[in-house]
Amino acid sequence: MKLHTLAHSRTGDKGDTSNISIIAYRAEDYPLLCEQLTAERVAAFFAGLLEPGAAPVRRYELPNVQALNFVLPGILRGGVTRSLALDAHGKCLGSALLDLDLDLPTPN
Amino acid sequence: MKTLRIGSGAGYSGDRIEPAVELAEQGDLDYLVFECLAERTIALAQQARISDPQGGYDPLLSERMRRVLPFVGEHEGRRRLRVITNMGAANPVSAAREVRRIASELGLALKVVAVVGDDVLDVLRPEQVLDNGQTLGSLGARLISANAYLGVDGILDALRAEADVVITGRVADPSLFLAPQMFEFGWAAHDWPRLGRGTLVGHLLECAGQVSGGYFADPGFKDVDDLARLGFPLAEIDAEGNAVITKVSGSGGRVSRATCAEQLIYEVHDPAAYLTPDVTADFSHVSFVEESVDRVRAQGAAGRARPERLKVSVGYLDGWIGEGQMSYGGPGAVARAQLAREVVLKRLELMGVKMQDVRAELIGMDSLHGPRSSVEPWEVRLRVAARCEERSEAVRVGNEVETLYTNGPSGGGGASKSVRQVVAVASLLLPRDAVNPRIEA
Repeated sequence: MKLHTLAHSRTGDKGDTSNISIIAYRAEDYPLLCEQLTAERVAAFFAGLLEPGAAPVRRYELPNVQALNFVLPGILRGGVTRSLALDAHGKCLGSALLDLDLDLPTPN
Repeated sequence: MKTLRIGSGAGYSGDRIEPAVELAEQGDLDYLVFECLAERTIALAQQARISDPQGGYDPLLSERMRRVLPFVGEHEGRRRLRVITNMGAANPVSAAREVRRIASELGLALKVVAVVGDDVLDVLRPEQVLDNGQTLGSLGARLISANAYLGVDGILDALRAEADVVITGRVADPSLFLAPQMFEFGWAAHDWPRLGRGTLVGHLLECAGQVSGGYFADPGFKDVDDLARLGFPLAEIDAEGNAVITKVSGSGGRVSRATCAEQLIYEVHDPAAYLTPDVTADFSHVSFVEESVDRVRAQGAAGRARPERLKVSVGYLDGWIGEGQMSYGGPGAVARAQLAREVVLKRLELMGVKMQDVRAELIGMDSLHGPRSSVEPWEVRLRVAARCEERSEAVRVGNEVETLYTNGPSGGGGASKSVRQVVAVASLLLPRDAVNPRIEA
């Protein structure tokens, strides 16, 4: 199942770092997101975009709003002002991440 | 108990004006705040000020003020409305003069106060090191601006001086909203829990429509009513800093737990340590309760002592970006666009165009997140962009894309090209006592 069906997202930028929120629509899906959406998995998803040698992707938990916050240093390659990217802010990154496939637990 | 009503009239410099007018007219507000300064806006504004010493403030200042000033000040049967904005950008004093001129044209007697002191270009030393590793001295004449993120101090002084309109340059976004809360409720500068809660209110409001249904709709997953008439948000705040986020009744958009959660995390790194000049806010235990349609209570923010040093945003010239685009459509569009990409890159190389970095991509295929889809699109657009030290070199990038018309694969159309100067932004930290916010009435 696509992450898109369980969660929504918004991406922010500061300097050349992006942060991507992943917010579960339903509180009961939050533990599944916590379990499967590790910082490593998100880093692997964006492997083609992350700068080699940049600081690792970090994950923060916000259980009261059933959300995870991923911080991706260096992914904006010079930041909004210097980047050659069409989407220099990286605003579209979160939408791409929603394409990630989740493994659903097998029903008993 | 007194309830303070603060509205958000803009989330960036180009933001829509109509929702701000709607808020001023129907929001029954005490304060209307316009946040209009992105990271590098002030560097661009500083360039404008160099070419015109009276300029350097927000280009939409005059139009915005002309539309909302008639509601500002004391009016029969309404709360007294005041305006706080960072539209002063690189020249708050000139901006304040312009607002006074507009007020007098409209026959309004309003006190307009500028907050200055964020411009710290003169106090920095050449040996100071930026976050990108460069020293200030190494930038030489390319250095154009250095602005410290001020907190609430100058705005508080302006409000004490009975300002109807407060015009600042660089001030941390949430501080624009925290200052009126501190002023109205008499919160002390070290009352960290209340400052943390007030900063949450500011953070939720600072991007205007982004908390009331803007930048949110995803049809079939997240639907937003009447997005075309999106209303901007307002907060109803009590003396403890507890707040309800809502919007003007009848406006489009929506305020929900989900819109608030997206904005809570927007541009935040560690939610337990959101640093502003005023407080280290802790959003990690924030929760939202939907009291009724389009009314969401925000709770659970906390705060700790403020950082000892202030962030300074440094703007500098960093070469030029040249860009060209060309579309291809119909069967074989991708193959022709890929050939065009190879041809342009080869020609730039053969001509020896001096580029620091170059990027060539197919919009519709791989421009945002790299390649993936194997589905053949009906149309695709080549984009080539390069950063060059010299403008004359950057110009050649767009030219090489445009000349694909008669020199490239078949059927290219809709060429465009552009050249822009790069104003880069880096940052450093400065001790608080090196910065001196003050007002000019």
